[in-house]
Amino acid sequence: MGKRIVLGAVAILLVIAAAYASFYVAPEERTMGLVQRIFYFHVGSAWAGLLAFFVCFIGNLMYVWKREPKYDWLGVAGAEVGLVFTTVVLITGPIWAHPVWGIWWTWDARLTSTFVLWLLYVSYLLLRTLIEEPERRALHSALFGIFAFIDVPLVFGAIRWWRTQHPSPVIMGGPGSGLDPTMRKVLLFSGLAMCVLMAFLIAERYVLEKMRSEVDILQREAEAQ
Amino acid sequence: MKNLNSVFAAYLIGWGAFFLFYVSIAKRTSDLRAEVDRLKSSLTRTK
Repeated sequence: MGKRIVLGAVAILLVIAAAYASFYVAPEERTMGLVQRIFYFHVGSAWAGLLAFFVCFIGNLMYVWKREPKYDWLGVAGAEVGLVFTTVVLITGPIWAHPVWGIWWTWDARLTSTFVLWLLYVSYLLLRTLIEEPERRALHSALFGIFAFIDVPLVFGAIRWWRTQHPSPVIMGGPGSGLDPTMRKVLLFSGLAMCVLMAFLIAERYVLEKMRSEVDILQREAEAQ
Repeated sequence: MKNLNSVFAAYLIGWGAFFLFYVSIAKRTSDLRAEVDRLKSSLTRTK
């Protein structure tokens, strides 16, 4: 409990500092102006979301291998938190795109693969509600989660492999890509802040799932008496 | 301040989503904690 409170406090301080840096430290982009400041929040959320799905993937793999409930709890925590971050990405992206592109949405490789990713993890969580028996639910959702993670490299690579409406990568984008040094620092800091927030939310969601499992066990004990 | 509304909307919706998610976790955890206590006390009484 104490460690989670510290992590939560650090996450809040970091996201406040990142928001401040996005508005007052990063220089204004010449073409897009003020609306480009959504970039730091949008990209930071995207990184944290993909990392949360990676946590889910590790939990899924470990469950299939070890069959220990703690890995199932980690899987569901990662999936739900990743889904929230990806939802934020899918909302903030069009809000930024509309004044810049003149359209809210286009079915290019990056946007479509991100939307498919969102649908896959919604399906992962829905699948869990359909199976009553805990071990079967954990195994089936772990296998589905491993399959769903295949889309993560596609989301990452979409703007590198195909021509898209979505901007090219500004970090690890190869020759010709890049950012103003101050913008880059603010982006990396925002990404770090969102990842710490993601870690805090996963820790909280993990505890919730652990408690749910405890309730299941106690209910079975009560029914057996 | 062109597009201030868009920036405001993006940050408000984003932070709102994270905040509501955290509140939902806290609410579900608190409900489950109450359920654990109730089940534990009912099991102790029947033993």
